[in-house]
This record gives sequence, structure tokens and C-alpha cells, in this order.
Amino acid sequence: MSGIGITIVALALGTAALKLVGPLLLGGRSLPAPAMGVIELLASALLAALVVVEAFGHGRSLTVDARALGVAFAAIALLLRAPVTVAVLGAALVAALARAI
Amino acid sequence: MTATRSPERTDSERARFRAGVRRGVPFGVAVFAIAVSYGVLARPVMGSGAPIVMSIVVFSGAAQFGSLAILAAGGSVGAAIAAGLLLNARYLAMGLGLAPSLRGRPLSRAAFAMAIVDASWAAASRGDGTFDPWYMVGVSALQYPGWVLGTVVGVLAGSALGDPRALGLDALFPAFFVALLFEEVRGRRKVVAAAGGAGIAAVLTPFAPAGLPILAAAAAAIAASRMRP
Repeated sequence: MSGIGITIVALALGTAALKLVGPLLLGGRSLPAPAMGVIELLASALLAALVVVEAFGHGRSLTVDARALGVAFAAIALLLRAPVTVAVLGAALVAALARAI
Repeated sequence: MTATRSPERTDSERARFRAGVRRGVPFGVAVFAIAVSYGVLARPVMGSGAPIVMSIVVFSGAAQFGSLAILAAGGSVGAAIAAGLLLNARYLAMGLGLAPSLRGRPLSRAAFAMAIVDASWAAASRGDGTFDPWYMVGVSALQYPGWVLGTVVGVLAGSALGDPRALGLDALFPAFFVALLFEEVRGRRKVVAAAGGAGIAAVLTPFAPAGLPILAAAAAAIAASRMRP
């Protein structure tokens, strides 16, 4: 199998395993209250981290470029209560315009 | 916004699923556009068939963009797999969170678990640590066909579209996650968790391998959970 084929199979199986571990091993049992408190906040922490890496990350350095400008537009649009589609597609438009100038 | 649109516990499974599908429409549109950008960016690196197969069987923007970046830069297969799995390690936490809200046989619980994506998991959270599984499946329902079809369009239209960076396509994926963040962050503790997670990722990115800064951001959730609500 090619390297790309191995990558696809490994990430398909690995991603499925990561999703399945909790529901199959834990079943319907509840976690202790402190753990539930952490889980409630996990999405906020992980999504914010993913935004930083995907908006500013360039390999192992952080850069502010046209892409980051587009993402900043999305954030401002969402603050002004714009719909998700407008914010996301607008981000691409702003990044494209910034690169065209 | 989440509170007003989420269904009640007493609603039927079908009603909660339908409410989820309605909530998922804007996410489905955004995911389609992001998948087009993935197809455009992936075709020169992976060929025509592989990106489509990957979207069908992996169905994860973070892992697919993350591994693509490493392969495109000439990185090893091992590094691409490791980065993809680290980026998706958050699914382990999400699955653990969802598990107590699932009932039924292992096969049924497994089916719900496979429907986890960031947007639907966050939307299905009731804010007290429990989740609405049928609502989550509804929010995910349009994202899977959107992701696969968008990849096909991106692969086929890629050469006609020209330079994806000139079109700003690389801004789509992070902008989508900003939208998810806006849906999710309500209340002081979540603001602290988000700010802390962003800070950890920014500080660690220059030093740690891809994916690890995101996983380490979980520490911010642990710290914020000790604050008073």
C-alpha cells in the first residue's frame, strides 16, 4: 500500500477508535461530577486552540497574514450576529481581497 | 442562542432529530465550502481518488487538513498519521463526555459515537454535562454528505479554480471553527477556558509537534472547571 493509502487507513481507524472508546467502555455510567465539569468546558478550550493553530500557524511558527485577516472578519461578523454562512464565506472573500491588493 | 433552539427532553426522538437537522443547515453549507477547499488543496498532493476516499472514511477536517499539510511539506507518513490522531484526540474527550447520555446496546451506542463532529457535539450539550444524542445526530446529518460532495467538487473543479490561496480558501476552515466557538462559549468559565486554550496553543506551537498544542489546551478546561460558575 502507498504511503497515502496507509495514512488514510490509519486515520480512519484511529479516528473511529477515539470516538468509540468512551461510549463502548463507559456505557451508560456517569462520570464523577468534577469530570463532568471539565468536559463541559473542553469544547471551548479545544476549539479556541484549533482556531489559533489553523488561523495563525505556519508549520512551527505563528504568522499574521491574509488568512488571519479573513478569520478576523469572521469573528467580527459573528459578533455583529451575522449568519454562520456569511461569516465563513466572507472570511475567504476578505483573504482573497487582501492577497489581491 | 443554543438554549432557545434546543429541544426539550420530553420531545420525541424524531422531533429532536429534526430540530438538529434544522440547526445543522448553516453548518452543512459551511462544511461543503470547506470540503471544496480541501479537495482543491489535496488533489495536487494526493491525486484525485485518495482525497475523496479519505473524506468518506475519515470525515474529519482537522485530521485531513493536518495530515495534508505535513504530506505537502514532504513530511513522513508516520508524522502525518501522528498529527492527524493528535488533532483528533479531542474526540476521545468528546466521546467520554457523550457516553453517560447514551442508552441501549453497544452497537447503538457505537453508532451515536460515530456521529460525533465538533459542531454537533457542542450543539447537543445541554450545559449541565449531559447531551441530547438524537439532536446531535440531526446536526451531523447534513455535514457528512456536505463534506463528501464538497471534496468531490473540489477535486474535479480544482484545476479550473486556480490558486486556492488567491481565492482565500485557506481561511474557510479556521473561520468555521470561530463560528463553532461563538456557538459554544457562553458564561465566564467557558470564556476563561477558551482564552486559556488559545494561549496554551499559541505558546506551544513553536516548540511542540503538530496536534500537541491543541491537546494540551485541555489543561485550560481543567483549570477553568475549578472556578465558581
